[in-house]
This record gives sequence, C-alpha cells and structure tokens, in this order.
Amino acid sequence: MVTATPVLQARGLIKRYGHVTALDGADFDLLPGEILAVIGDNGAGKSTLIKALSGALVPDEGEIRLDGKPVKFHSPNDARREGIETVYQDLAVAPAMTIAENLFLGRELRKPGVLGRLLGLLDKKRMLAETINHMKDLQIGIRSMKQAVETLSGGQRQGVAVARSAAFARHVVIMDEPTAALGVKESNMVLDLIRRVRDRGLPVILISHNMPHVFDIADRIHIARLGKRAAVVNPKKIAMSDTVAVMTGAKRPEELSPDMLA
Amino acid sequence: MPPISSFGPFIALLLACVFFSFQSERFLSGQNFSLILQQVMVVGAIAIGQTLIILTAGIDLSCGMIMALGSIVMTKFAVDHGMDPYLAIACGLAVCTLFGFLNGALITFIKLPPFIVTLGTLNIAFAITQIYSEAQTVSGLPEPLTFLGNTFKIGDTAVTYGTVLMLGLYFVAWYVLRETAPGRHIYALGNNPEAARLMGINTRRQFITVYTLAGLIYGVAALLLVSRTGVGDPNAGQTDNLDSITAVVLGGTSLFGGRGVILGTLIGALIVGVFRNGLTLMGVASVYQILITGILVILAVTTDQLSRRKG
Repeated sequence: MVTATPVLQARGLIKRYGHVTALDGADFDLLPGEILAVIGDNGAGKSTLIKALSGALVPDEGEIRLDGKPVKFHSPNDARREGIETVYQDLAVAPAMTIAENLFLGRELRKPGVLGRLLGLLDKKRMLAETINHMKDLQIGIRSMKQAVETLSGGQRQGVAVARSAAFARHVVIMDEPTAALGVKESNMVLDLIRRVRDRGLPVILISHNMPHVFDIADRIHIARLGKRAAVVNPKKIAMSDTVAVMTGAKRPEELSPDMLA
Repeated sequence: MPPISSFGPFIALLLACVFFSFQSERFLSGQNFSLILQQVMVVGAIAIGQTLIILTAGIDLSCGMIMALGSIVMTKFAVDHGMDPYLAIACGLAVCTLFGFLNGALITFIKLPPFIVTLGTLNIAFAITQIYSEAQTVSGLPEPLTFLGNTFKIGDTAVTYGTVLMLGLYFVAWYVLRETAPGRHIYALGNNPEAARLMGINTRRQFITVYTLAGLIYGVAALLLVSRTGVGDPNAGQTDNLDSITAVVLGGTSLFGGRGVILGTLIGALIVGVFRNGLTLMGVASVYQILITGILVILAVTTDQLSRRKG
C-alpha cells in the first residue's frame, strides 16, 4: 500500500517501563506531503510513539528511518537538528517577548563578522525581516512582529508556534494537540495553517483527540492500539464511528473493508 | 519605541530631582551628584546581579552576606596573611563566585525555591564571615584594595573610579541582556522556562550561569565596598538584599520574572539615593527616609500592576 519512500518510518518500536509495555512493536510511516493524524485511546502508546519520533525518549528496540536512512535520536535537539520540529499543545512561547524573538528563540542569528562572533551581537534586523516573510508565507495576519506574544489571541500564539516549526523544519512537523487549548474559531484558523504547511511540501504528523478535526484535515489516519499500529485508514472512505470502533477495540481492523484502509 | 510606562521610573527620578533642587540649593551640584553616585555604588552593583536573578523569576537574599564575606576574605588575606593584594582580591572574587554557583546548583539540581536556598546561604555566609573575622574589623588596607575609592576630576567635580566601574558594569549588563542571545535567554527563562527548554536552550546551565555571574558581581561590589569604607567590615551588607530588591522593583522589573530592563535598576537605585540625599539636605531624620522608601516601593509596584491590568 505504501508506494512512495516514507519521509519518516519506524519499524518494531518497543518501549517498556518496568512491567508496562508502552510500545509493543509499533510501526509507523509518514509519506511525503501528507497530513497523517495519529489517534488512539489513552494508553494506546500514541504519545510514547510521538516522543520516540521527536527524540523526547529513546525506544528500547526498533528502528527509525528518516528519508530511508536509519537515525537515532537521544534528545529533542537531535531530532530538531535532523529537521523534525514539534509544536506543543500548551503554547510553548515566551509571552513577554516579541514574535520575532519567539520565532528565533534558541536559534538567534548573529551579525556577520567580528561583532557577531566576538561580541555576540544579534542581527535583529534580519530576524525581523525573516519573521515577516515566514508569517506572510503562512498568511498569518499580524500587524507587527515587534509586539509581545502576550498581546495576541490564543490562536495567533499557536500560529507563531506553527510558523516557528515550519520555518525551521526541513523534513517533518509534529503537532501535538495543537488545538487542544483553543476555541472553535481559533482552532479552525490553526487547522487552515496546518494545511498551508502541508501545501508548502512539509509533511505533518497531527496528534489529536478531536475526531472532527482529524477527519476534516487528515490525509490518512494512523490508529494506535495496545502499543501497536492497529490500522491506517482513509478518512474519505471510513466512517468516524468505525474509526472509533477500531481505536477502542470494538471492531478488529480485519473487519474493515479493504478500501477503507490507506 | 518602548511603551511610555517604561519611562515611569525615569520620570519619577526627574521629578524627585526637580523637587529637591527647589528645597535645597546644595542639591543641584556636580559634587552632590558625585556623592549620590558614591552612596548608591555598592547597592547599585549588587542590584545588577539581583536583576539578572529576578529576570529569571528567582530572588537572591544572600547577596549582601556574600559580598561581606568577599570583602573580609580580600582584606584579611591581604592584611593578616600578607598576600599579594591583587591575589587577595582575586580570592575574594572567587569566594563570591563560588557562593553564587552554590546557590545556582542547589536551585537547579535539587530544585529548591530560590527564596529558601538563598535564605540558607545568607546565614551560612554570615556565619563564616563572623567566624573567620572573629567579628573584628580589618583595617590598614594596601593601596590596590582602596584604589577604586580614589577620585579624578571632571571639571570641578571629583568622581571616584568605583562609580565609573559600577556604571561600566551596567553598560555591559545592558549590552548582554539586550543584544546577545544569552541575554535574551535570561528573559525566556523568566517568561516560560519550559518553552525555553523545548526550544533547545540548556536551561539548567543557564540558571547556574546566572547565579554564578551574580556571585562574581557581588565580589566586585565587595571591592567597591572596601574601597569606599577603607576597611573590611564583617557586619557590612546586612540590608543590601532588600535594598537591591528595592532598586530592582523601583526600576520597573517584575518580581515574577521575564520583564524589565537593567537601566531601570540603576534608576531605581538612584531614586533611593536621591531621596536619601535630598531628605538629608532638608534635615529630615533618617527614619523618615526609610518610611518614604517603603511608600515608594508600594507606589511603584501598584503603578506597575495597574498599568499591566489596563494593557
């Protein structure tokens, strides 16, 4: 079923915590240019899987491949260095700092030459200009990039976080419940933003509990269950109720008709 | 353009100066301003370290006692042990830096609240100072230890090298906080340490660096203190923790971290200095000066809160 080379792939991931097996041979495939939703009940191994893919934890066994090459992530910084960026649900921004500062937090640009190298002088002009470009690219309508993030609405703040990830991700953007803290209108704004990120060619992994959101936006849905991948389904062919049934174990994946799978 | 509210402390300082120049003709003179600078020099230097720490949403109660220990180490090493004065100064700076590091390590690794940790090190530093000095003042200091108390002339005004050093420290802190990545990361730590960590900033190292650096700054303050008083005094620095916090708060830095500017702290220290000096010139007893400082602090924090609620 998988034709193109997956951007990010995992085979047989195992992670044990004492007697609890959080990942029990989980597989994973993210295709180029898609939005892949990852859903699963609590304890299905969904968040453990995402943590393994974003470098937040190291699996005991199994292999992760990025663009076909095996990789090992020991920290989120490792994953980030390979071009995998994560957007967190709880708005990981510094409220009193400006949009431009937040976009470049931890990756500030220094002035070229002696001033930057020896005195660490920041190139605020360039960071501001690049921020304006990135925000324009994603059509995030905010007037000034010099305003503090705390002056923005929740949706706009998440917009800043999404823009930050999209700006620095070379391979994958992982979105961990990006709409969990937002209202309806704000959520829709962020969903549009996620589509635009995909349309620019970056594949997106979306973790969400919100089934309508998942069905609205995902190209494929990865259902995690009991530490494994139960199925990958096509949201255009499968009903929401069947998806939930597989997720909760009420229906076995084999009971689905083949065209529902993706 | 920064919001007008950030000029608040500066406007308050100007108003205070205008008021006192009407009250006393001796107030508005270069010599008097030089004196005010000398009077705020020590607490002003300490307040730089305090600002760095408060920007990370921490607090340091031990600063004055660390400084006192540093000054005793410098003076006793030089006078009683006959150590080379420059080496003695270096030892004093090292002890202060070490105490700063200890604060930072306890806060970061054992995850204790800064208030409690520095309350503990306050007492430890005080006790070591008393034990080591046997509660005796050290006098007869060699020249290098008092050099910063010497003056040079700008026009008719004698200015001490110590005040220049303090202002220089403010300039360096201003540059680092405003124009470099490590400086911006200090703000990020106070704003949202979790976000800073997720963005790949080594927050533990950053916290420890801030407290260690603050310790070094207290060491410099110790040298300024020694040069100003000409002795090593084991009972010095006992109110400098609260005085430095006063300067930071008057300067508009938020005690919740992540907001504020270092030059505000200098202005905050100057406001206290100007009020004490002006009220003294007016013949107001010193206990009233303390009363007015207290009112000023509450006024400053109230204005800050109200302006924030509006915005």
